[in-house]
Amino acid sequence: MESVGNIIMYFIIAIAIIAFSVLTVTTRKILRSATYLLFVLFATAALYFQMDYHFLGAVQIAVYAGGIVVLFVFAILLTHKPGADTQAITSHRKWLGVAVAMIGALVCGYALFSYGGFCGKQLIGDDGLSIDRLGQMLLSTDKFGYLLPFEAVSVLLLACIIGGVVIARRR
Amino acid sequence: MNLTLLMYLIPSIIMFGCGVYGFLTRKNMIAIMISLELMLNSVDINFVVFNRFLFPGQFEGMFFTLFAIAIAAAETALALAIIINVFRAIKNVDINQINKLKF
Repeated sequence: MESVGNIIMYFIIAIAIIAFSVLTVTTRKILRSATYLLFVLFATAALYFQMDYHFLGAVQIAVYAGGIVVLFVFAILLTHKPGADTQAITSHRKWLGVAVAMIGALVCGYALFSYGGFCGKQLIGDDGLSIDRLGQMLLSTDKFGYLLPFEAVSVLLLACIIGGVVIARRR
Repeated sequence: MNLTLLMYLIPSIIMFGCGVYGFLTRKNMIAIMISLELMLNSVDINFVVFNRFLFPGQFEGMFFTLFAIAIAAAETALALAIIINVFRAIKNVDINQINKLKF
């Protein structure tokens, strides 16, 4: 049995995620779309905090909400007149999009309800993931170590920096 | 009332559906990138939820999400650089107007 506060918190987060993701793709103004995306990312971070993954929630806020959304806002302000509406969506395209999204969601939902004997599982205690242990795992080379992906990501980020400079440079 | 695994997956499914809808219907390149971020985010939620509920004490899903966030950040930065460069060439970010590879 969960505490009442936990359940109320869950419903606030779930309703925020659903409402703001629908608003993100239906609003006409692109800057509002980016703002609603920011709220969706904050709600996701709250979901991570509720599941006791505090480091992951902090990374979500720092990288997604603090980095990617700022990049989006900069790109939008560089390429659009403030307050301008985007082009209206044509009707048959809209119905195609709704149909594909609904079919995908229904297939996923059917698979979950029919196959998932695991759907009724509940949270078990605290996970015992301290920052200390997380750092040890991130930089170790034994069985549950993640040094190789860590270094691969750092090389990827270097390539991304160089690519960004080369692409965005004025010729 | 208990909070089960399924209850955490439902917002994730709806978020992914919204991402697919926006990806198919939007004409603006930046709006398409925003829909892509929604889809990536919902997949991240799935990884974390399955890890936390089904395999507590192991952290594979969490680390996968951590690296996925880093890769999503790199991908978004490059895509936005390309979009700004396209805008500089043809003064537009509408996918209907962009039909030439070389300007």
